[in-house]
Amino acid sequence: MSIVLQTKNINKYFRKPVLFHVLKNINISIKKGEFASIMGKSGCGKSTLLYILSTMDTDYEGQLYLNNELLTGQNHNKLSCIRNKHIGFVFQFHYLLSEFSVLENVMLPAKKLGEKSFEEIEHEAMQKLKILGIEHLALKRASRISGGEKQRVAIARALINNPSIIMGDEPTGNLDSHNSENVFNIFKQLCDEQGLSLLIVTHDEDFAKKTDRIITMSDGEIIS
Amino acid sequence: MLSKLKQTSVAALGVTFGIGAYITLVCFMTGLNKMLDGLILNQTPHIHIYNEIEPSKKQPIALYEEVKNSFKVVHSIKPKQSQKKIHNALPIVKYLKKDKRVKGAIPQIKTQIFYIAGSIELGGNLTGIQPLEEARLFNFQNYIVKGSHEDLQKTENGILLGSGVASKMSLDVGDRVQISTIKGDIFPLKIVGIYQSGLADLDAIQSFANIKTVQRILGEAENYITDVNVKLFDIEVAYNMAQEIETQFKLKAIDIKTANAQFETGTTIRNLITYAVSITLLIVAGFGIYNILNMFIYEKMNDIAILKATGFSGKDVQYIFMSQALIIGVVGGVLGLLIGFGLTSLINNLPFETEALPTIKTFPVNFDPWFYVIGITFALISTFFAGYLPSKKAKKIDPVNIIRGQ
Ligand SMILES: Nc1ncnc2c1ncn2[C@@H]1O[C@H](COP(=O)(O)OP(=O)(O)OP(=O)(O)O)[C@@H](O)[C@H]1O
Ligand SMILES: [Mg+2]
Repeated sequence: MSIVLQTKNINKYFRKPVLFHVLKNINISIKKGEFASIMGKSGCGKSTLLYILSTMDTDYEGQLYLNNELLTGQNHNKLSCIRNKHIGFVFQFHYLLSEFSVLENVMLPAKKLGEKSFEEIEHEAMQKLKILGIEHLALKRASRISGGEKQRVAIARALINNPSIIMGDEPTGNLDSHNSENVFNIFKQLCDEQGLSLLIVTHDEDFAKKTDRIITMSDGEIIS
Repeated sequence: MLSKLKQTSVAALGVTFGIGAYITLVCFMTGLNKMLDGLILNQTPHIHIYNEIEPSKKQPIALYEEVKNSFKVVHSIKPKQSQKKIHNALPIVKYLKKDKRVKGAIPQIKTQIFYIAGSIELGGNLTGIQPLEEARLFNFQNYIVKGSHEDLQKTENGILLGSGVASKMSLDVGDRVQISTIKGDIFPLKIVGIYQSGLADLDAIQSFANIKTVQRILGEAENYITDVNVKLFDIEVAYNMAQEIETQFKLKAIDIKTANAQFETGTTIRNLITYAVSITLLIVAGFGIYNILNMFIYEKMNDIAILKATGFSGKDVQYIFMSQALIIGVVGGVLGLLIGFGLTSLINNLPFETEALPTIKTFPVNFDPWFYVIGITFALISTFFAGYLPSKKAKKIDPVNIIRGQ
């Protein structure tokens, strides 16, 4: 199986307020169609790692490969494009543009990508919403829907450009067990049916146990 | 894109008021200035040529060869009596008219007379003019409150009486007034109009008649001229030309700038104030936009982070904010121009009547399209800069910091 995401000896330091070695020699690789979760104590550097993997943070040592292409050292515009096309990100907090409708929120990354016409994008966005079972909310304003619904809208947005990998930073952290199971099922379905790779940070042990692989971190190191 | 209608419209309103106030102020102030300038410049000759009675610059003793190298003291210099008449006036007028810099040159005769009506006798000035030419070059018609300069032109024994003279002697258009020259000859003249300059002192003594009429009254020939007034195409050459005329014709020639030096200063200062105030207005409007966009960015931090996380580059974000700023600039600017236009039109129709300006009935406004061009240009430039700095900040926002900070 081909490798989607790979890191080689990633190290990161925070220099302020004091020099702090957050990530130590991180080597991981995610295969295509793999559903991996990251666990670890609070403050061990999970979010920090995810920001680096998602190319938003470029201040690190080591190499990052996406689809065997070296991303380390690329300029910001190039990284923006890669993020737009290949990486879907789901946050713990829902992070939607509250003044836009659900549909517009989902369409946004595709409009930026600019590969398809408006109608195609709209059609595809509706398709994604349907997969997540929230197509009836399409025209509602993003600020007027519930937390669980918002999380699903965020997932639909992460899916819109058919990315290589979806990353999530505690996407179920704010949800009750029912909704959290719902989100897990959606991820599982995407993974099985569409061969999507997933890398999800979570504190929820039940959630993690159901995934293909659990990566455990402690004090900036991967221990298993 | 990230538009929030309320804030945007507040920002646009800032521009609107700034530009609107700028247009109103500039149009109104320059309108007033132009009117005041016009008052002086239009009725004052650019060069006034006359024969001044002054002491000879070279005293006779200087001509005396034997004391050439000695130091001479001359006491009690008295002017040599010379006539007021400009020698060769008609050829000079003809010569000046041929000059390419000259728009027109017209002769006048100034003389002192007495007005007689019944038993009243008033001292005064009578000026012989060519009414049509005066009207063409010096807006003479603006100071005629009753009758017209054409009437004067047509009526051989007509006189245009100063309003002060007319009221003192209770005379009106159509009445007759007798005038007496210094020599004592009495002539009856028909009043064809009333003249009002706005200067009470002047209006109480001044009257006008046709140049030929005055020559006849004085018993002088057709070449008797005491003053020549010159209007130029370009007022800037007045000084040099006055100097030329003085040396060439041995006459006194005063240019308008020398005669109205303090007026020039007044105009400059008024213009300066106008520009200072309008620039301030525009800058304040610019800061308003800057402020609002800045706030806007702080409020939109999360949205910016989302945009960046989903693949929008810093440039895209900057572009969004810049276009936002420019929309504010265009909408606000155009509205401002409309408001400015509305207000100036309103002012233009407000009644404004003063004794001094008999022909002006409403406030003067200068509808120069250039002010509108400047206004909209400034609106665009200032919103551009006001938007540039905040958008630069938006471009640099690090999404990680914001997502982490949540
Ligand atoms: N900007 C920063 N400057 C300095 N230190 C930081 C900064 N951001 C995070 N840290 C530190 O880096 C460490 C790792 O933070 P990180 O957010 O990656 O933890 P985490 O594993 O995601 O924790 P949690 O499970 O609570 O989300 C923490 O000890 C934190 O205090
Ligand atoms: Mg975290």
